[in-house]
Amino acid sequence: MDLQIALLIGQDGVTSGAIYALLALALVLVFAVTRAIYIPQGEYVAYGALTLATLQSGALPATLWLLMGAGLAVTVIDGVAAIRKRDGRAWGATLGWNVAYPAVLVLTLSALSPAQLPMALQILLTLAIVVPIGPMIYRLAYQPVAEASVLVLLIVSVAVHVVLVGLGLLFFGAEGSRTAPLWDASFAVGWMTVSGQQICVLAASAALIVGLYLFFEKTLYGKALRATAINRNGARLMGFSPVFAGRLTFLLAAFIGTLSGVLIAPVTTVYYDTGFLIGLKGFVAAIVGGLASYPLAAAGALIVGLLESFASFWASAYKEAIVFTLIIPVLMWRSLHSHGIDEEA
Amino acid sequence: MKTRKLSVLCVAAGLMFAQAASADVNVGISVSSTGPGAALGIPEKNTFALLPTEVGGEKINYIVLDDATDPSVATKNARKLVSEHQVDLLIGSSVTPSSLAIAEIAVESHTPQITLAPVNLPPEKNTWVFRAPQQNKIMATALVAHMKAAGVRTLGFIGYSDAYGEDWLTTIEPLLSKEGIKMTAVERFNRTDTSVGGQTLKLIAARPDAVLVVASGSPAALPQTTLKERGFKGQIYQTHAAANPAFLKVAGKAAEGTIMPIGPVVVVDQIPDAHPSKASGLAFVKAYEAKYGARSFSSFAGHAHDAFKLLEAAMPVALKSARPGTAEFRQALRDAIEASREVVGVHGVFTMTPEDHFGMDERGRVLIEVQAGGYKLLPM
Repeated sequence: MDLQIALLIGQDGVTSGAIYALLALALVLVFAVTRAIYIPQGEYVAYGALTLATLQSGALPATLWLLMGAGLAVTVIDGVAAIRKRDGRAWGATLGWNVAYPAVLVLTLSALSPAQLPMALQILLTLAIVVPIGPMIYRLAYQPVAEASVLVLLIVSVAVHVVLVGLGLLFFGAEGSRTAPLWDASFAVGWMTVSGQQICVLAASAALIVGLYLFFEKTLYGKALRATAINRNGARLMGFSPVFAGRLTFLLAAFIGTLSGVLIAPVTTVYYDTGFLIGLKGFVAAIVGGLASYPLAAAGALIVGLLESFASFWASAYKEAIVFTLIIPVLMWRSLHSHGIDEEA
Repeated sequence: MKTRKLSVLCVAAGLMFAQAASADVNVGISVSSTGPGAALGIPEKNTFALLPTEVGGEKINYIVLDDATDPSVATKNARKLVSEHQVDLLIGSSVTPSSLAIAEIAVESHTPQITLAPVNLPPEKNTWVFRAPQQNKIMATALVAHMKAAGVRTLGFIGYSDAYGEDWLTTIEPLLSKEGIKMTAVERFNRTDTSVGGQTLKLIAARPDAVLVVASGSPAALPQTTLKERGFKGQIYQTHAAANPAFLKVAGKAAEGTIMPIGPVVVVDQIPDAHPSKASGLAFVKAYEAKYGARSFSSFAGHAHDAFKLLEAAMPVALKSARPGTAEFRQALRDAIEASREVVGVHGVFTMTPEDHFGMDERGRVLIEVQAGGYKLLPM
């Protein structure tokens, strides 16, 4: 192995590391705010990529029907409560977000021919379709058991994951898809070529990480989420609704996942069940950060990406084993060095 | 008097019913219509809905189960089919690991099995297990012959890190060394991998004349496109499992010029009229696409169809000596399948022997080249 090959592999590793970093951040965020280990996080990656691919092929993506279905379910649950309380405003808001919004999206998409739209608009539409599914899933699956133990939340996560993968097979079929490249250019840096796609992935990840940092440090909502993560009851006493925190978190997680899907769709074939493995690698990275630290999780993601890439060169048959074995020394090191008190104890 | 007549009638009707129920031939099917093997299992499942439900006046019941590409579910399915439904024949599964799991139950319960994946078994487990698809060896000899004719001296290999990749590797190695072709790099990848950058670099660094990709369906497109992106100029070979519309769609331009061995049914409109599978292949593809849409046919549907052909040929023979639902019938059915001579399927012609439970010869494969997003038959 010479320097050139090492650099090429490193490049590959950093690109996948950037995607794992995004997923790891989303996992840490969801765990910190709601205590749920968010296994379905990877599904947004698959849904995002495949929805974009369906739009590019000129068809209506089936995720629209999921959005409508989930929206109707939320309306039934929240609407009944709002009517009982005779709260007209809440009733209107529920109806607007969960029924009117999906309906408007369906009408817009049927009026336009999505295959002819510019790429940027297709991506925006993809985000508009998939991201709102996040808070709806929170309302339907997590909010009713928000106060339950971490284990119950984990079981709910497994259930949601299985449902979403099954729906993915129904929506998109068993075969994978690829989308058109975001940026079809390549640059020579020294004797290395960097593709426009890799620049897109790295730039988007960096922008998102900086954006999340600013959101948590500078905005009121960000601070409120942090407060909820540190102390749920305290945040509630300060007038910040944990339900709202949950929905906001799931919205962010869905946004990060869908964007990751859009970013990787041009470089690799995405299948309805691709998300799980990508999400799992993001989870390994999040574990490196103890499911609490964002910078450590991002660093962990880079390690996972590079390890995977070099393992695929040296010992491709054992690649996954090597990547997932990383979790063992990390857990040992953490158990020696962490003195956190288990919340459940 | 009246009541007596009625009761006699009832008893007679009841007897007839019992007769009909026990005389039905039950076929238990477990395919991978969800999970990683879904691309194979769905067309197979579709095929069973098209098959005749009667052969020579005997009714056939198909009991189709999904094993989610999970060998442990396949085992459970097979147990259920054998003990609850008392099936006379097991068909499945779609992928090699699940087929191996079902084979255990087939051997244990003395039920004949026709797999839809090309599994290899030790002789003592082989007795009850037959295969619909071509043995990888039949396909590999076609590829090696082409390599030899094209002057390939060195070959790179990248395949699934599962039983399919392993079987191809062990099958093709002796064939290559016999022709003096050296294998210069062996790399592995997984169906779910999002990048094969590292493996590809290593392959290219070994500078082989050609590369063989051993994978199925659209995942086979990932090494293909990565090799082309990294500037590999040599010939790329794929295996028959890659030959489906999704592979062509995902690989796009990068697939041009790829050579693969496949069952004749995939290019049924191009094979010569003299080919034994031409007529039945054309008819089956037409029937399949009439029900499931144009260009929906894939070679896996053909394997399910051929499993039925083996049953269709063997059933009348077995019915002569025993009644369905009995151990004697299963034994007779097994013997009849093993005695299959020149049974024409859409993938080729089966002639089983006690040693060879695959049964296909070189009529079961052709070589094709990908041209302009479609397949072109190569002269052999």
